[in-house]
Amino acid sequence: MRPKHLLLSGVFLLSAATADAYTVFVSNEKDNTVSVLDSSTMEVTKTIKVGQRPRGITLAKNGEWLLICASDDNTVQVFDARTHQFIKNLPSGPDPELFILHPTGNPLYIANEDDNIVTVVDIDKGSVVTEIPVGVEPEGMGVSPDGTILVNTSETTNMAHFIETKSNRTIDHVLVDARPRYAEFTPDGAQVWVSSEIGGTVSVIDVKTRKPLGKVTFQINGVNADAIQPVGVRITKDGKRAFVALGPANRVAVVDVPSMKVERYLLVGQRVWQLAFTPDEKQLFTTNGTSNDVSVIDVEKLRVVKSVKVGRYPWGVVIAPF
Amino acid sequence: MKPVAMDSLAPATESFRSRSGISGYLACFNGIVWREVLRFVHQRERFLSALVRPLVWLFIFAAGFRQVLGVSIIEPYETYVLYEVFVTPGLIGMILLFNAMQSSLSMVYDRETGAMRTLLISPFPRWFLLISKLIGSGAVSLLQAYVFLLIAYFWEIEPPPLGYLTVMPALFLSSLMLGALALFISSIIKQLENFAGVMNFVIFPMFFASSALYPLWRIKEASPLLYEICRINPFTHAVELIRFALYVKLDLGSLAAVLGYTVVFLAAAIYAYNPSKGLLGRRGPPGGAA
Repeated sequence: MRPKHLLLSGVFLLSAATADAYTVFVSNEKDNTVSVLDSSTMEVTKTIKVGQRPRGITLAKNGEWLLICASDDNTVQVFDARTHQFIKNLPSGPDPELFILHPTGNPLYIANEDDNIVTVVDIDKGSVVTEIPVGVEPEGMGVSPDGTILVNTSETTNMAHFIETKSNRTIDHVLVDARPRYAEFTPDGAQVWVSSEIGGTVSVIDVKTRKPLGKVTFQINGVNADAIQPVGVRITKDGKRAFVALGPANRVAVVDVPSMKVERYLLVGQRVWQLAFTPDEKQLFTTNGTSNDVSVIDVEKLRVVKSVKVGRYPWGVVIAPF
Repeated sequence: MKPVAMDSLAPATESFRSRSGISGYLACFNGIVWREVLRFVHQRERFLSALVRPLVWLFIFAAGFRQVLGVSIIEPYETYVLYEVFVTPGLIGMILLFNAMQSSLSMVYDRETGAMRTLLISPFPRWFLLISKLIGSGAVSLLQAYVFLLIAYFWEIEPPPLGYLTVMPALFLSSLMLGALALFISSIIKQLENFAGVMNFVIFPMFFASSALYPLWRIKEASPLLYEICRINPFTHAVELIRFALYVKLDLGSLAAVLGYTVVFLAAAIYAYNPSKGLLGRRGPPGGAA
């Protein structure tokens, strides 16, 4: 007989209920679904059927539109973030993996893994504005807070490509460590942090001079250096702390931004890739690809609160302000 | 001295008990509990060794066993935990187990030195004396467990704050169960030198064939028979009760098991220490010279 477990106290439920509730969307690469979670109860409330191999996921129109890279359908799907109804497809170019929206809300910049281009799409008109040639296997996409600079990383060329958004032309290329996966600007727009999956580092690049300022390195007791594969990076609004997902090391590193030093490692599920803050930055959600769950981190206490089962191979995560 | 002789004192003890009432019981209880606590506090080496033992396991053994948990989330944990976190309730169980054995086996020592005579001629019922003794050693166990938890906190083993409170009854009940078992064992043992035997035949099997060091599903993978042994091991239930309580949860199955075992062990110990029926009377004084 399985013993029944009772919660002795409602204290945790109460404290959870007082936190603002947001809607969390997680794309499940193998299931062709998006799991919808409530950030306060940390439970899956709904599962939406979407296109094939959903990976990159983001919000547009102040959170009203949910955009999903349906990689094997060669399209970006638009869903209503509140009703979860399908709205339309956007042209994306082949095999869209990751994308980012311009701070003004339009256009959308999409990395096309197979074609070595970044596709610029007007989300209102549903048309391609232009295509920007970049390195081999483009993936990571970051845009500066003022919207003037777009950074794309190419996994095989091992470069961060700096693109001027006004002209949609590359203005510089910076060599980084092997297999760059993600680019994240600091909130002041002065630096861009680029994670290198195989290199096992995060390169910090000065946006103005495009010169490397330093590298964040990782070392975890009892974890093989090969398993430390940084992918997703998120920096707090105050610019003080960065969270770096370390892939099969099953850890999220907490990094002090000014010193570029790791403060702490937080144990999460297996092969952690992408991260997302709740709008109040009290929680950070991580997608753990091979353990099929998301872990929730208490950002203030730097503690992993809970891990929740979602679909198979959770890839991307985004959180709506409602 | 033949314990049987005490039965002739029955009318006198009866009148003493009725005269002294509850305050008499209380004085007796205080005396026994305080003796336990004072004996522990005065033995600094014992205090230190009681702490060093689980800390060595935590700092050294656990560091090398990080992979043992695999990738599953085990109740009551809500997310992935490091092995250090998993093994902590098991190490608290170890503290309780050693303390219970040491305290109850001191009965053997008391018998050898004659201190037991003082206890045996007490006019209060034997069961009352034994339970008081268990509560005393339980208090000592609690003290040790909390000091260990305090040190573990700085090793990033941080259960919810409320857990420190909810774990207290679990610790106490587990102490009672293990203490009662040890009392029963102490009634069988003639000399203190047999402590090594107790280590080999009681403490080690109980500790290793339990969920203290590895989750039961891991054991099940290795050997279904061992899994069943672990499941009937009272120590497993004590560890699980503590593990859940530390995370503000109640494992009803473990609670029932620990309560049941406590009653059985206590009854056995009281029977064994009963001068007219028990093993003590039948076996005669220490050294075997009846």
